[in-house]
Amino acid sequence: MPESIRVALLIAAKDLRVEWRTRTALLSAVVFAALVLVVFNFARDPASVSTVVIAPSVLWVTFTFAAVVALNRAFMLERENRALDGMLLAPVGRGAIFVGKYLANLVFVLVVEAVTFPLFVLFFNVDLGGSLPMLLLVTLLATIGFVAVGTVFSAMVVRTRYAELMLPILLLPFLVPPIIGAVQATVRLLGHRPLSEIWGWLRLLALYDVAFLTLCILLFPAILDE
Amino acid sequence: MGSLESARATTRRGMTISAVALLGLVAVYVMALQFTPIERFQGAAQKIFYVHVPAAWSALLAFSIVGIVSILFLWLKDERLDRFAAASAEVGLMFSCVMLTTGPIWGKPIWGVWWQWEPRLTFTLFLFFLFIGYRTLRSALQDPAERARFSAVVGIMGMLLVPFVHLTVYLFPGIHPLPVVLKPSSPSLPPEMLRTLLTSFLVFTVLSLGFTITRYGMALLADAEEARHAG
Repeated sequence: MPESIRVALLIAAKDLRVEWRTRTALLSAVVFAALVLVVFNFARDPASVSTVVIAPSVLWVTFTFAAVVALNRAFMLERENRALDGMLLAPVGRGAIFVGKYLANLVFVLVVEAVTFPLFVLFFNVDLGGSLPMLLLVTLLATIGFVAVGTVFSAMVVRTRYAELMLPILLLPFLVPPIIGAVQATVRLLGHRPLSEIWGWLRLLALYDVAFLTLCILLFPAILDE
Repeated sequence: MGSLESARATTRRGMTISAVALLGLVAVYVMALQFTPIERFQGAAQKIFYVHVPAAWSALLAFSIVGIVSILFLWLKDERLDRFAAASAEVGLMFSCVMLTTGPIWGKPIWGVWWQWEPRLTFTLFLFFLFIGYRTLRSALQDPAERARFSAVVGIMGMLLVPFVHLTVYLFPGIHPLPVVLKPSSPSLPPEMLRTLLTSFLVFTVLSLGFTITRYGMALLADAEEARHAG
């Protein structure tokens, strides 16, 4: 078991190192997220809808789009020069490959979210008022689950034509439960409601994470089988 | 892979079951229009429920079959299971279309609008999108073995997603405009209505079974044809 964790960490480190050396994908995803925020500001009637009212929706739609864009590239790297075949030839477990790719994606998406979040607070005049730690928890819980599903799907869609279109079609229905949970929790946190009101949503997010992370680890080897 | 003959037999069997079920559907229409009372609050619009609710049931049934058969496929690696899951997904897609069209037709006179984000309707919309995703992925993959494995993964993940979507759309705060929706459990449901609804459930179950077997037989025929040309 420790061996497979070591392999997973090596794969994740490899992915992040490749990402960091070019930084193209990371920068593009961040700029994309910032642009979505800007577009949202102008996609409302300022006279009737204040920024505060739509802030939670804006945050989560932006995170969702940014995550889809980020996940699209996850297996593109492995397809070039058939790098995935090399990895499959190595004597490592398929579960470890999944965990490695998953961790790299998770870090990538969390970094994009971390850069986008201050912009969101700035652009939408969000009054955090002590809700920051809980907001971070909500974001983490939502991201853990949907990145797992996204990692599995991105491994499949690279094998299709129109992969960039295929991923959102498959992934968005799976993002609905975490997004509903995250938005509802965010609405209450930004409205400075008592924590007891978001407890149920947090449990739902955690349940989704456990359920889908487990299933993804179990199913991923089926994708790589030849 | 079965021979051309057995594929033909399967298709014929499916068509026979479908034909019987279609006759049953005519009986449901007659029962619904002639032998059930007009609902006091909703008027004639309520009668669409004898099609709408069983169609939703058939869609959910088809979806469960896709999930279970996908698990069996990953376990047993029998290509026929993959074809059966695909057939069931197509039938489910069709029934969710029926549910999504009859829902708004009922909604317009009762709610005053074509679409409401009513939990059950929303839930079916997601089933529809899941079927579409499954179908689109299948059509985008060339290699049959790869297509079978990938679709099985989506089918199983979809089955796990369904309870989550169900839970979240119900927990989603907002108006739940359920005026006088009739539930089979409702004690006020007159026996004629209950009888018609239950008959319709039975007919739709047999119908989806018939359609799925027909579609499955057709997939086997296509496979057998291909094998013959390749061999």
